[in-house]
Amino acid sequence: MTENISNCCTDRTVLDKIAAVARNWKGRKDMLIEVLLQAQKLADNAITEDVAEVIAKEMSIPLSTVCNAVSFYAMFSTEKRGKYIIRMCKSAPCHVKGAEDVIKAFEKVLGISCGETTSDGLFTLETCECIGVCDRAPAVMINDEVYGPITPEEVINIITNYRQRREEA
Amino acid sequence: MPKVYIDGTSIEVENGTTILEACEKIGVEIPTLCYLKHLNPAGSCRLCLVEVKGSRLLQTACTTPCAEGMEVTTMNQNIYNARKLVLELLLANHDDGCFSCPNNGKCDFARYCMDYDIEKSPFPRNKEFPPVDESGEFFTYDASKCILCRRCVRTCAELQCNNTYTLKGRGHETMVGLPFNQLFKTSNCVSCGNCVSVCPTGALSTKSGKKYRDWEIKKTQTTCPYCGVGCQIELHTKGNKVVGVEPLDGPANNNLLCVKGKFAYEFINHKDRLTKPMMRKGGKGSPLEEVSWDEAMSHIAEKMLAIKAESGPDSLAGFASARVTNEANYIFMKMMRAAVGTNNVDHCARLCHASTVAGLATTLGSGAMTNSISEVVDSDVILVSGSNTTETHPVIGAKMRQALLRGAKLIVAEPREIDLAKQAEIFLQIRPGTNVAFFNGMMNVVIEEDLLDKEYVENRTEGFEELKTLISEYTPEKVAEICNINAEDLRKAARLYAKAEKASIFYSMGVTQHSTGTAGVMCTSNLALLCGKIGKYGCGVNPLRGQNNVQGACDVGCLPGDYTAYQKVVNPDARAKFEKAWGVSLPDKPGLTITETIGAIESGDIRCLYVMGENPMLSDPDINHVEHALKKCEFLVVQDIFLTETAELADVVLPAGSYAETDGTFTNTERRVQLVCKAIEPVGDSREDWDIINELMDRLGYKNNFSSSSDILDELAGTSPSYGGYSFERLKKEQPQWPCPNKDHPGTPVLHIGKFSRGERAIFKPSPYIPAAELPDEEYPFVLTTGRVLYQYHTRTMTGKSEGLTNIMGTSFIEINPTDAGKLGIANSDKVKVASRRGEVTVEAHVTDKVAEGILFMPFHYKDGPANKLTNNVIDPIAKIPEYKVCAARLEKF
Repeated sequence: MTENISNCCTDRTVLDKIAAVARNWKGRKDMLIEVLLQAQKLADNAITEDVAEVIAKEMSIPLSTVCNAVSFYAMFSTEKRGKYIIRMCKSAPCHVKGAEDVIKAFEKVLGISCGETTSDGLFTLETCECIGVCDRAPAVMINDEVYGPITPEEVINIITNYRQRREEA
Repeated sequence: MPKVYIDGTSIEVENGTTILEACEKIGVEIPTLCYLKHLNPAGSCRLCLVEVKGSRLLQTACTTPCAEGMEVTTMNQNIYNARKLVLELLLANHDDGCFSCPNNGKCDFARYCMDYDIEKSPFPRNKEFPPVDESGEFFTYDASKCILCRRCVRTCAELQCNNTYTLKGRGHETMVGLPFNQLFKTSNCVSCGNCVSVCPTGALSTKSGKKYRDWEIKKTQTTCPYCGVGCQIELHTKGNKVVGVEPLDGPANNNLLCVKGKFAYEFINHKDRLTKPMMRKGGKGSPLEEVSWDEAMSHIAEKMLAIKAESGPDSLAGFASARVTNEANYIFMKMMRAAVGTNNVDHCARLCHASTVAGLATTLGSGAMTNSISEVVDSDVILVSGSNTTETHPVIGAKMRQALLRGAKLIVAEPREIDLAKQAEIFLQIRPGTNVAFFNGMMNVVIEEDLLDKEYVENRTEGFEELKTLISEYTPEKVAEICNINAEDLRKAARLYAKAEKASIFYSMGVTQHSTGTAGVMCTSNLALLCGKIGKYGCGVNPLRGQNNVQGACDVGCLPGDYTAYQKVVNPDARAKFEKAWGVSLPDKPGLTITETIGAIESGDIRCLYVMGENPMLSDPDINHVEHALKKCEFLVVQDIFLTETAELADVVLPAGSYAETDGTFTNTERRVQLVCKAIEPVGDSREDWDIINELMDRLGYKNNFSSSSDILDELAGTSPSYGGYSFERLKKEQPQWPCPNKDHPGTPVLHIGKFSRGERAIFKPSPYIPAAELPDEEYPFVLTTGRVLYQYHTRTMTGKSEGLTNIMGTSFIEINPTDAGKLGIANSDKVKVASRRGEVTVEAHVTDKVAEGILFMPFHYKDGPANKLTNNVIDPIAKIPEYKVCAARLEKF
């Protein structure tokens, strides 16, 4: 009756990797955010239901608690996202320094709106609150790398770089 | 003890008392939507704001503890405005379709809005809601009516400990819901409905609740008729129909209920209820026809008297019932003994806890839970063996989980990986029928590693040397092999249990229903005594009784060898006492047990059987044999609320009133006597059990002086030392646990403090491990064990009438390990044929890791695929309890 039938299907090997990470922190609710961040990197930048179930089981934490954290923090998503997540800072200093134009440039280059993922599954464009590098405003983070100050003109080069990186890999 | 001033009134309160609790004490109402007595205060609704002198801001009364000299104002313009603003903000996103809301008339939120003069919110709606979740069987969730008090989330997490709900999102987008896109039906929800009971609005509401309004119903406080926990409930009735159940803050349940207690009340007014007496006018083989009470009763009396005259009183036997009140059982037992003149009276405790009654009475002097249910929350270590507590005693299961939240450790020794096992510190998946070896192994480690309580053993027990000698054989390695567990895990478990300050043992049928059941029970007390864990708070040996009044039916003497309060029929003093009280001479020889009665019917020694509220045709082992006997029985009378499988074979069927239609008492598993109160009149022409027996006794030539069940309790109290302090009047105010010898006695929450019931010392009764009577072999290679499921109850005469429960779990099944299933080519949901030496049934296979290889599990509730066609009726030599838990079986794809 209570068996969960997940309607999302993350690759079994990915789930196993996530299980191995989560297993190290059994009963450690305080490590949940860290585990979720690692899991998200392994699973298309998303904590889907099946990923959450594996984490809940291996950490002995209720699924509801995992869901609670995932839905609370903006850096987590329940929908699969691109390999590279572009997070444009929309806080006041970046805004004043022209963040809006940079976002428009990203939208134009990628052919998507803010909040969407490119059809090749490579990029997701998002905005975020202050990333703490106001001296480099307007700033953007792509996965763990920070770019700034950045002009609308530079966007195309940055994206091309990532596309090349992908092809080399 | 700080002294505080509330609106000028001074009050002294305990340390840690919140302002809200202090206000409650002096009758000042503070509005609140999130506060609940048994939950940790959350302070989330912000409605209980009060002014504390010297504080810059208003304080939430539910989270602020009282401090010495604190001056609190509970109402002024400032407070009024603040509370009003909170309500207006909540109302902005609250669906205002109050007209069609099931909560109409009892809605806290609507009442507060009225109190604070709010008709419409000045703020715009800024939230979208998902569609109503109607996937559950019993209740619905409409997020647009939710005011985010989080009572449901907290009740589910902190009290029921099921963690079904989650808070999604943050800020103004926050919403209560289930994880991800789950619905009730696909979630881990167990339908206990405790969230519905605490919801202050109509967001969570019962499906049946949409059909009546609060002001149309009558509310009656009574005791739940399902398992032995003894939850206090409020029956809601509209006219002569039960329409709902709400939990009450009873000592055992503290506002919690399970799915059966909360929702399975449809049977009360079900169309299949027996409403008229029925008789086979043309003798055996003719159909049952409705007759008048007079005709039925005079026929029964005539037949009983004739059989008695021809073959003597011992040719009649009666089965009392663990389902009916103490009063009905007392008068039934009195009828058999005083009016018929036989001790042939027994009931289905024989089939569940006879070994407990025999075992613990020998070692400790009293065969009942030594401690109280509420103490489990304070235990440091809980050892569960032979009990799937969260399914069979769900509220106790919830309390065990509450203890785990407080840091307690759990040891589970069970053949199946039950839900509790997932949270256990140590889970020992023992082979069915190896409990004695397991407990001996525990004791071996305790003695070897010198973890025993020497002072306790020396001063309060006897027989230690004998125990030590026997136990020395049971090394962890040997036990590990017998039980198929890890020796190191056994050592860890023994250390954990022995070293804990407060450690309690809970067990149930998994220990008792064996041919070595009494030995198993004695082993639990051996272990507890060895570690000095009896007669102390939070410890003890706690057999969980399966039925609402199985404890009471035993207590009031529905046992072939015992009068009330376990006074023995073989004891001349006890007999003389009852002969004097009842004014008749009484037989001195113990009567036949249930299992023996069936045999005696077949041999022709018993000619008449009177069954009150039992269904041996499904509940007894080897039912092919039972059916044969009952068909052969010359005169079978069945008194019940439904035409059960047993009633179908009867010569006369009498319609009884259900628990909702009678007054009386039930005694729960922790020895607590609680009132059962009539909420509706008996349906149709049915009559209360005690009233039927009372008239029949009259016709049998014995006149009672009872005009109500209250009179019966008074007589019971007068003849039974441990029940001496009970009367209806007293039980309305308090519900003490027995022994309660007089009306001033406060009752006994913990037995054996300082002194054991049996005398100064308890006795060790060591037992060697003896394998189950029937072990797997080439022909029948599996071990079959049986048990219960959360969603059904016993032979389903009651739960089978609930549409919702039938939808959730309406058919029988058998659990089989994936490896075994693979070998036999069986897939999940396949039909399989299961056979033992006694019979065969066809059921659906559930392929699951829950059971180990070589083990099969079947619930015993179902008429289609009845597990008891397969079970072995070999019995324990002392308690005469059958070995339901182990038999050899084979299985093949159908």
